[in-house]
Amino acid sequence: MTAAEKTLPANLSPALRIVEGMQPITESSIIPLLQRLQDSYGYLPRDIVLEVCERTGLPASRVFGVATFYAQFHLAPRGRHVVRCCRGTACHVRGGHAIAQSVRRELGVEEGGTTEDLRFTFETVACLGTCFLAPVIMVDDDYYGNVRPAKIGGILAMYE
Amino acid sequence: MIRPELKQPADLERFREEARAAERRYRARILVCMTGCRSLGAVELGKALRERVAAAGLGDEVSIVDVGCHGPCSLAPVVVIEPQDFLYGGVKPDDVDEIIELTLRQGRPVDRLCQQAGDKPVTTVGEASFYRSQQRQVLANCGRVDPTRIEDAVARDAYAAAAKALTTMDPEEVIAEVRGSGLRGRGGAGFPTGVKWDLCRKAPGDVKYLICNADEGDPGAFMDRALLEGVPHQVIEGMIIAAYAIGATHGFIYVRAEYPIAVEHVSTALAQARECGLLGENILGTGFSFDIELRMGAGAFVCGEESALIASLEGHRGMPRARPPFPVQKGYLGKPTTINNVETLANVPLILARGKDAYAVIGTKGSKGTKIFALAGKVQNTGLVEVPMGASLREVVFGIGGGVPDGGEFKAAQMGGPSGGCVPAQFLDLPIDYDSVKEIGAIMGSGGLIVMDDQTCMVDIARYFLEFAQNESCGKCVPCRVGTRHMLDILRRICRGKGEERDLELLQELAEEIKMGALCGLGQTAPNPVLTTIRYFREEYESHIREGYCPAHSCAGLFDYSILDDKCTGCGACRRGCPADAIVGERRKPQRVLPDKCVYCGNCIEVCPVSAVVKVRPAGGSDE
Repeated sequence: MTAAEKTLPANLSPALRIVEGMQPITESSIIPLLQRLQDSYGYLPRDIVLEVCERTGLPASRVFGVATFYAQFHLAPRGRHVVRCCRGTACHVRGGHAIAQSVRRELGVEEGGTTEDLRFTFETVACLGTCFLAPVIMVDDDYYGNVRPAKIGGILAMYE
Repeated sequence: MIRPELKQPADLERFREEARAAERRYRARILVCMTGCRSLGAVELGKALRERVAAAGLGDEVSIVDVGCHGPCSLAPVVVIEPQDFLYGGVKPDDVDEIIELTLRQGRPVDRLCQQAGDKPVTTVGEASFYRSQQRQVLANCGRVDPTRIEDAVARDAYAAAAKALTTMDPEEVIAEVRGSGLRGRGGAGFPTGVKWDLCRKAPGDVKYLICNADEGDPGAFMDRALLEGVPHQVIEGMIIAAYAIGATHGFIYVRAEYPIAVEHVSTALAQARECGLLGENILGTGFSFDIELRMGAGAFVCGEESALIASLEGHRGMPRARPPFPVQKGYLGKPTTINNVETLANVPLILARGKDAYAVIGTKGSKGTKIFALAGKVQNTGLVEVPMGASLREVVFGIGGGVPDGGEFKAAQMGGPSGGCVPAQFLDLPIDYDSVKEIGAIMGSGGLIVMDDQTCMVDIARYFLEFAQNESCGKCVPCRVGTRHMLDILRRICRGKGEERDLELLQELAEEIKMGALCGLGQTAPNPVLTTIRYFREEYESHIREGYCPAHSCAGLFDYSILDDKCTGCGACRRGCPADAIVGERRKPQRVLPDKCVYCGNCIEVCPVSAVVKVRPAGGSDE
């Protein structure tokens, strides 16, 4: 057993199952592959991705190139809940900025940041496509429409 | 549920008759929007309806159907009840008993759930001003069918047009039909769809691909989401026809991952279409084979651009490339590829079903058919509207949209998202089509239409869009990467009151260079919002630059909050709610704002019970 194999993370098996289920893997599969890895691990752990590259023959440079290009992929652990503030046009003209500011104050982290207790990750997105509800925030898969800055605290309190 | 495998067109007809017969067993249908309205409690409402309608013993005569978007999203959760077509808004589980008693048992509307016109309730879809001047052609079945059941779609003639094309027409005839209809791409640029198909069909090569571009990233646009969520089979049918026309056997739907309901409904629809043999080998026994793969985007706006989308499908960073060669010549994996937008494809079955001439009756000389707009922003009735090409902005914003709420004044409509522009009030009566909108500096774009009122700062809007373009620039070409950055720096400076006289000229100069030099549509159109706002709202820029004053009272630091002594009751709500301790004052005495400490969050206006907080021109900031 080589040194590299010994330091492998113990939880490699989900990644191997994903790779197994996606055969044959070509370069066209990189994005769906990363999406499934992230669904399973919550983010893209470096060691796991490197190991997957090793076993599939995909160049690590290509895979990390893709992972760092798209906003959806994360190379660091994320909070248990993701708060997404919409910064779409309709939200913008209806006071979305103040909503984002309020989330920032409540959580004490900047956009893209995760709270220290790993409870929340705070993101802004270009548009959630629910402009009729503007301003909108989304916590995990739940939408909250017509929100006011004062309501943010109460919404976040519902997520442990 | 086991679905039949349709081996020939006659099987489809039988399937349709069965589906219709099954639907006729019910005397009433309650159509609950289970897409956009989910965000305001549609799931709980649907549950309550099912439980209590069953408990009332009406389960066998009344069917409760989860449907796609009805359109008037500001009334969410929206419910339509057939056969009378009663339109109810803001429906809560507590309203269910009354609906059962009045509507289901007595056939009467529940007036308080209807919209009101003066003191009279507007009870039906047909009477509502929101629908009156719409022509819901592409959206006809959206809100009428359960998108997770192929039977519902087939009962309303889904796949009939595809069957007709596959069995009675050759691909050239299909192309001629679509060409003759005058259909132009609904994704933004308005390229004639039939011409695109023809180029792809004639491109040399045996393997061709079809891609449905559902990477709807324009902030403010949600018509593709609504179509995929509400009528996924219509889009799939459009793809079957398109694939047959160009000679593709493999297709993709590339959808934003931010649209979980769309992803869910499209996956279900694809699986059901496959089960019925409407996708796969030898469709309806015609010898034509075609299947569709669903791919999710990974969060990059630029991937809505066709060459970047192809790069993304191939597993690359989503960066555009120079053209020619165009995708119809060399696209996915180097093979001829047609990329059509969701709404474009959703139009195709209509054209085949009715014929090109009937389709082309609607619209203007250069733009045929209808256009779906996502109406949002400072407008009373937000939602999804479909109007004939050539309808005026006034009709859409005031007729259908009900005008600006809260006594605001219409200032502009932003059309076409980050690639478009702001259309001012002087063009309210202009017939909207591809060419007229382009002439005034905006673009039809994908159909996002955001209404702005006198509280919207046009400089801030320009800054907002530039920030968006700059964020989403892939970084490949210099004009876009560096040019938009410079423009953004200048706009930010103006919004902070640090603008200079020569900035406007500099912005226009940079804009022209970027338009000329950028590699793809994202960069080439990124300056449009800046150019149109300078063209139509120059005085707002000048006020920021010369007077350090934002006339819309929107840019932080370029106006002040002030508390009116004669209105303030000294309750202290604003003081306690201020996150920056910028409000001082004793209890029961007028409060005062300290501009130096203010962070412009607006909370004081929000919490004041007597509207004593107002926005004013900054003291000393002007020479008045």
